[in-house]
Amino acid sequence: MKKTGSQILLECLTLEGVDTIFGYPGGTVINIYDDLMDSPIKHILTRHEQAAVHAADGYARATGKVGVALATSGPGATNTITGIATAYMDSIPLVIITGQVPTALIGNDAFQEADVIGITRPVTKHNYLVKDVKDLARILKQAFYIARTGRPGPVLVDLPKDVQMATAEFSYPDTVELRGYKPTFSGNARQVEKAAKMILAARKPVIYVGGGVVLSNSSDELKQFAELVQAPVTTTLMAMSSFPKKHPLSLGMLGMHGTYYANMAVTNSDLLIAVGARFDDRVTGKIATFAPHAKIIHIDIDPTSIKKNVRVDLPIVGDLKDVLQTLVKKLGERQELIAAMVDETTGWRKEIDNWKEQHPMSYTASKTIIKPQYVIEKIRELTNDDAIITTEVGQHQMWTAQFFDFSQPRTFLSSGGLGTMGYGLPAALGAQAAFPERQVIDVSGDGSFQMNSQELATLVQYRLPVKIVILNNNFLGMVRQWQQLFFHKRYSQTCMELPIDFVKLAEAYGATGLRATTPDEVENVIRKGLETPGPVIMEFKVAREENVLPMVPAGAGLNEMVLAS
Amino acid sequence: MKHIISVLVENEFGVLSRVVGLFSGRGFNIESLSVAPTLDPTISRITIATSGDDQILEQITKQLNKLIDTIKIIDFTGQDFVEREMSLIKVTAEDNTRAEVLRIVDIFRGKIVDVTPRSFTIEVTGSPTKIDAIIELLRPMGIKELVRSGPVVLGRGPKGWKGA
Repeated sequence: MKKTGSQILLECLTLEGVDTIFGYPGGTVINIYDDLMDSPIKHILTRHEQAAVHAADGYARATGKVGVALATSGPGATNTITGIATAYMDSIPLVIITGQVPTALIGNDAFQEADVIGITRPVTKHNYLVKDVKDLARILKQAFYIARTGRPGPVLVDLPKDVQMATAEFSYPDTVELRGYKPTFSGNARQVEKAAKMILAARKPVIYVGGGVVLSNSSDELKQFAELVQAPVTTTLMAMSSFPKKHPLSLGMLGMHGTYYANMAVTNSDLLIAVGARFDDRVTGKIATFAPHAKIIHIDIDPTSIKKNVRVDLPIVGDLKDVLQTLVKKLGERQELIAAMVDETTGWRKEIDNWKEQHPMSYTASKTIIKPQYVIEKIRELTNDDAIITTEVGQHQMWTAQFFDFSQPRTFLSSGGLGTMGYGLPAALGAQAAFPERQVIDVSGDGSFQMNSQELATLVQYRLPVKIVILNNNFLGMVRQWQQLFFHKRYSQTCMELPIDFVKLAEAYGATGLRATTPDEVENVIRKGLETPGPVIMEFKVAREENVLPMVPAGAGLNEMVLAS
Repeated sequence: MKHIISVLVENEFGVLSRVVGLFSGRGFNIESLSVAPTLDPTISRITIATSGDDQILEQITKQLNKLIDTIKIIDFTGQDFVEREMSLIKVTAEDNTRAEVLRIVDIFRGKIVDVTPRSFTIEVTGSPTKIDAIIELLRPMGIKELVRSGPVVLGRGPKGWKGA
């Protein structure tokens, strides 16, 4: 039977198992929105297209499925760019559908026209302009396949209005044939064998874990591997939830705002095993002094990540799950050697424990003023392990990473690579839409929150009970911190001088607003906020000039940490 | 360092801009570029000459491989290859210089492909250095217009990439 392009689109989404999409209607997608009324797919109307993409991204990070967003041509499509770039930097599988002006008008500066394929080329894994309705089903099949396989990423499909209206026989292909795209799945056996030998010979090993472990659902394999060889594990921001922070082998986060002991361990290690990480500049600090004594094994599905920033002694390209399983198997066959290695590395673990004792993660508590770290600790105390925490970007993000003990994968959603303020609220919206029963909390600052605060309306409309924690210091705190440390306290444009009444703002949208101004109010506000049905804003008036510490100043080595103000 | 890279890609719209975007996005100039379909009309062969830091070029090559539409990359750096470029040169040829232009064309085994009482248009093929050389010799005669194709290359030896 013949179907229209917009019907084919929705059929394909259904066949891909998509249950929820996030979007915003407009002139060039009006046909799709009309057909949506007859489709089983649930659509969530955000209040901005950027938020629709972040919501799809939050949905994808929380579930592991491909997130889908829909926007109209021109401004609708350009509004999605930050969302797409955010997903691209963090390798999140998304399919974004944008409307386009009719093919005959493309290039004519038509109303609400933008060259979306051109604009999104550098921030998508791949993109498609559909010129013939007969190609649509094949392109969508490919789009989902490309988004979720290999190193995942966003794929955009630009769909002109006349293609949506044209008809074609519909059949969804079973397979994908792309001669230029064949991601390596299994790691090279000889390389894995070499890795096993290097690991057995190591005396100061450190496992450095990136977001790839979360993306490939390899947390169990990672734990098996780490416990087998008794090597300490440090994670990036993106891998925060992949290895339980309370685990005795956990070093917490490394890098600019990482723990003292993680950075010292990396600096003194003789073997660094990088697993699904990409040696970001916020992780390595000064490259010349990064892990100077270590041989480096780098396991990653993306060959372009390897040797991009640092020299690598042994690259292994492949899916982490597969490589880690093989590695554990190969090592497991050598119990005696493992036992000897574990024995030989006892001193190393002791050295690390000493660093942990010398400089644990800490902050100066206060009885009179709310310390932001205290709020984070209290939230941890009062929530379950499966609570999903999202953040915006800035100080509150780092405090959450430092003081929240994540233990389950896909429970920490944060914009790591692009560092997008305004990400957390819509991402929480997407995660809550995927898991209506779970506790979803957006930890935010007063600056970031205002970048997408309009999404309060979406939360209330769809009864998505996201709890929003605002650590309000009336500053753009992270930039202020840099100005304090590196620009002689010249606070240029970082003071948010207009105090916002976030309680009233919540009420204006029909949500609940709570506020704590002293430390003794904190616990009650959190308890009440978590118990209150529906979306809640909990505002905490926190110490205004608290800094995120420890800190590796930009351009310094990981061993040159500033530990206290 | 100078690099010549051949990229075999899907013969579809938009692919070329993905390829050149990887260079321009890093501030790399492409010195020359030639594109045409291969024996298999669904595949195009792009030959790119560029120069720059080896490590960044290695990164670009890896990124080129990562493009969905890229089928194969051949980096000719450090390899033995045949390199040919074609040029059409319109040169002033009046009574006093006509004979000299013809002699130069003959030395370089070029061809005259268009003649007027005041000009010759010359076709010449060879390595880029050969083209450079004939241009230098013709320059004093007065070059009116010139076009160079940029080099195309194939690896030496019996091995070929099938289908292209």
